[in-house]
Order: sequence, then structure tokens, then C-alpha cells
Amino acid sequence: MSAVGIDAPAPSVKRMSETQETLHFALRNRKLVFGASVTLAMLLFAIIGPFFAHHPPLEYGGNLSSPPTTKDGYWFGTTLLGQDVYSQFVTGLRLAFLVGAIGGGIAAAIGMVVGFTAGYRGGAVDEVLNMLTNVVLVIPTFALLLVIAAYLPTRSIVTEAVFIGITSWPWAARAIRAQTFSLVARDFVDMARLSGRSSWRIIFQEIAPNMSSYLFMMFILLFGGAILIAATLDFIGLGPSNTISLGMMMQLSVQNAALQLHLWWWFVPTGLAIMAIVGSLYVMNVGLDEVFNPKLREM
Amino acid sequence: MLRYFIRKLFVYGLTFVVAVTIDWAIPHLMPGNPVLTLVGRIQVQDPKVAQQLYDHYMRAFNLDLPLWKQYGYFWISLFHGDLGTSILEFPTSVTSIIVHAIPYTLGLLIPAILLSWYAGNKVGALAARRKVLDNSVLPASYALTATPYMWLAILLVFVFGITLSLFPVGFAYSPTAVRGFTWSFGVDVLHHWFLPFLSLFLVSFGGWAIGMRNMIIYELESDYAHYLEALGAPQRLVRKYAFRNAMLPQITGLALVLGAIIAGALVTEIVFSYPGLGYQIYRAITNEDYFVIQGIFLFIIVGVLIANFVVDIVYVIVDPRTRIGMQGGRS
Repeated sequence: MSAVGIDAPAPSVKRMSETQETLHFALRNRKLVFGASVTLAMLLFAIIGPFFAHHPPLEYGGNLSSPPTTKDGYWFGTTLLGQDVYSQFVTGLRLAFLVGAIGGGIAAAIGMVVGFTAGYRGGAVDEVLNMLTNVVLVIPTFALLLVIAAYLPTRSIVTEAVFIGITSWPWAARAIRAQTFSLVARDFVDMARLSGRSSWRIIFQEIAPNMSSYLFMMFILLFGGAILIAATLDFIGLGPSNTISLGMMMQLSVQNAALQLHLWWWFVPTGLAIMAIVGSLYVMNVGLDEVFNPKLREM
Repeated sequence: MLRYFIRKLFVYGLTFVVAVTIDWAIPHLMPGNPVLTLVGRIQVQDPKVAQQLYDHYMRAFNLDLPLWKQYGYFWISLFHGDLGTSILEFPTSVTSIIVHAIPYTLGLLIPAILLSWYAGNKVGALAARRKVLDNSVLPASYALTATPYMWLAILLVFVFGITLSLFPVGFAYSPTAVRGFTWSFGVDVLHHWFLPFLSLFLVSFGGWAIGMRNMIIYELESDYAHYLEALGAPQRLVRKYAFRNAMLPQITGLALVLGAIIAGALVTEIVFSYPGLGYQIYRAITNEDYFVIQGIFLFIIVGVLIANFVVDIVYVIVDPRTRIGMQGGRS
């Protein structure tokens, strides 16, 4: 996803004053503060929202297609068949964060293992891993997920997230590999090698900390990407079979002619929530980039 | 340069083999007898029809043969253009379903990709380091790029199609229209095409604008830009050079986001009932028409590989460094 662009800050050696300096710029960066607050607000809503739902998300029994009302706790109205939209919405919101965390986490882990190994070892290992990365990068992952999900008899949110994770790591691996390359040539890595430490200890004690900000930003992008992919999969009818997600709400509203019947409360909040989460993650990412990379700071 | 292309072609060939293998392996990896599951899910009442379907699938999958032979036959039928038969429209071959759907999908995708790339780059470059423009373009672009494709499509249908009745909300042309190369039919087709196109265009526009804006800022901070400024070169010239350099990652990016925008086109078609690949795949998924799903998967792979190759060629033409043997640092 070069379009969103995380660009590496120049790696530098950590000093005590730098932490203070980072914090100083972080709190004054409007993008970072805005992005982080919206994300946290949505997360908070996802965590406590379900406790205020008066009805189980899949239960029928409310008035049919009722607009938002304070009566009986149908704050977001009801679906064509009388299900509570608020309850579905908060359930979907929780699942979105879950998919983002699991999918983004797995993708980041694979990307780090492949990227660090390729960049640190170089040579034949690098060639093979690079080939693997390129192959997975070229395969349109969404089409692949379609085929896999279509054949799974029962699907859970966790399997969906795992599959998203194991297909969306290549660009991250590529970026980490390039970063690792530039760090491996530095003197402090040579010193660490001379001390006789194992490769993985050098990677995690010397190399990774020097690009920690970069790794964090990469995870944010993978997190947001996983949420978008999951919503698209769910919309196409390949979502988890035993629950409801934001993408499935969109699918059901389109299928049940919510657009023609003007039941806007059914489909407007779903996409708005995804847009708010993913958009604020992206904005937060740019803010972080500016904090860590002085060249980008606004003058 | 030749080495560069051979390397690329090797990766694409390998990708194709891997994709075909996955396409073949997934039904085999699923637990239980896939044919029984398939026939069971189609829910045919008549046991005779069920038996026929079962036999048909057994033959189609070649399940009575050893695995390596099954795999070999899969490749052979693939090279004969045989992707199987649709269950939903029984005697119709998957290939013919795809061939009929593909013009609609390409008609949406190609203009949307090219125009959004062009417009996004232009607007992004304009916005970089210009306070007022940046403060309006950037937030809008972030909102657009974070929008799920199908949700924007839903909103456009709801607002412009249903509430304001400005555009038709489904299919590629009116059911009453007479097909042919006439003026009125052309207008009708364009009228149906516009909203799905706009929806795809807007979401990808956001990504390109952000990417270009960030790249231009990097370039304007680089040594050659400062040097030019120190020489007293006009801002326009500096920006022109910055734009040219910022273009290169954007071209590579084109290949990277291809998968995402295809996914976007699929779901956009579903919202608009636009009869392209996305609509076909949705029908196939809701009706468990597996050959169609697998066939479209292979077709998308081939399309993406071709597009990647085109991007490679364009890159070589645009970046002179790749031509004199530096290989542009990509492999």
C-alpha cells in the first residue's frame, strides 16, 4: 500500500533526551492527537457499547424497519425484520477491532520474520525469501481469500482474520528487508557480531529497536488494511457464519432493499464507523511519521 | 535490462503456477469428500439428479485418478480453455460466463484506475507544501481512502440514484433499450456506467493524492531541490523536477494496489448489479457455484500478471536508469 506511504525515518541511536523530544513533538502534532483520539474513542465504544445493548444482535422482535428511537433501546432503529441495529453495530465494531488486531498482528509477525531474515542473512536466503515475497505480492490476495473462504463450510471471525494475516504481509516484509539492509552495514551491528551474540538476539536487540517507530507504523497500516479486507469479504457473503459484522450488515441491507425503502440507519453507521477507524489510523500514522522524521515536520 | 525482464517473467511464471496449484489444491484440501459436500449443498430433491451431479463432479475433478494425474489433467484442461461448467446456468461453460462479464469489469476498472491515478497525482502534487490546499485536500483524501468501496457505492446509489433519481441504480443498460451502436444506446450505457465508475474513482483517488503529496514533500526536502532553490530557480521548475522523481514510486504503486482496486470493482458491481465479474462471483458464491469462483480467480490472476508486466515496461520507459543497466534497484 504505497499509496498511504510510510516512509522510514532515519535510524538513529537512542538517547534519553530523545524520548522527551519525541513526546514533545507527539503532543503538539495535531494529526497524531486527532487520529489517536478518534481511534481510542471508537475502541472504547467497541468495548463498552455492547453492555448498553438491550437486545441480542440477531434477535427478531422489534418493530419492523423502525427509525432510531429511544423507546426499548432501539437507538439506531431496527432492520427490515425487526433486529436491533445498535446491537448489531456494536458487535460488528468489536469484531472489526478483533480482525484488525489478529490479522494485522499475524501479517506484521510474518513480515518481520521474513524481512529481518532476508535483510540480515542476505545471499541465497534473501533470494529465496524475496522470490516468495514477490509471488505472494503479485497474487491478488482478495481473490485468493474468496476461493479459500468459499470452500470453508463454517467460518469464524478468527479464521477469517488468520487468513487475512497470512496473505497481507508481503509489502511489510519488503519494507523491513530494505530497512534491515541499511542497518546491517552499520558499525554497531558489526560490534554486536564481534561480541558473539546469536543472529536473532542481534536482530531483536540491535536492529529492531532502531526501527521500532517504523515497525509500529507498519502495524497500524496492516491493522487498518485488515479491517477493510474483512469488511469487503463479509460484504461479498463470506463473513463469519455465527455472528454479525459491519460488512455483513451492509450486505444484508443491500439484499433486503434497505436503499429503496430509505432505511438509512441500517447502512450509514456501518461504513461511517469503518471510515472513522481506518481513516483515523492513517492520519495517526502520518502524525507519527512527522514526529519521528524531522524533515516532514511542518514549518 | 534483459536480465531484469527475464527475472520478472520468471517471478510471474512462478506466481501463475503457484496460483493454479492453489486453485486446484483448495477443493482437495478441504475435509471430507468435496463432491459429496458440493452435491449436498446444492440441495437437489430428486435423487436421480443428485446422482448425475455427483457423477459429473467425480469426472470433472477426476477424483478416481491418482493425485498427480488429477493435477496433470487440471493443467491440460486449463490450456484448452476449459474451466468447467456452471451449476447455476447448467450447460454454460465457465469460460463463456467470464468472457461475457469481462468487458463490463474492464470498462469500469481501466478508466477508474488510469483517471484516478492521473488526477490523484496532479492534485496531490498541487497540494504539497501549500497550506490552504493541503488542509482541504489531505483530510478529504484520507476520508476517501479509508472508505470501504461498497459503502461509497451504497451512498451514491442512495443519494443520486434513489433519493434524487438522477441516475439508474442497476444493470449496464435499461431493460427496454435496443442494443446496437446507436447514439441513444450509447448514452444509456454511459448513464448506467457513471455512478459505479465514480465510486471506484473517488476511493482510489484519495490514495494517489496522499501518496503523491508525501512523495513531493520528500523530494522538495532533498539536496537537489535545495540546490536548485539556492541557484534561484523558480518554484515551478523545482516542483517540476520533484514531480518527475515522485512519479516513479507511484508507478510501482500502481502494481501494488491493483489487487485492492479489483476487490473494489467486484463489490461495487455487486451494489450496482452491474453484470461484470463481481456480480458473477457474488451470484456464484450465494449459489455455491464453485467452478465459476475458481475460474474467475484464475482469470483475475492472469489479468493482474499482465497488468504487472505492463507496469514493468512502463517503468523501464519512464526511468532511464533501468535502461542503462542499473536495474532501478528493484528485483
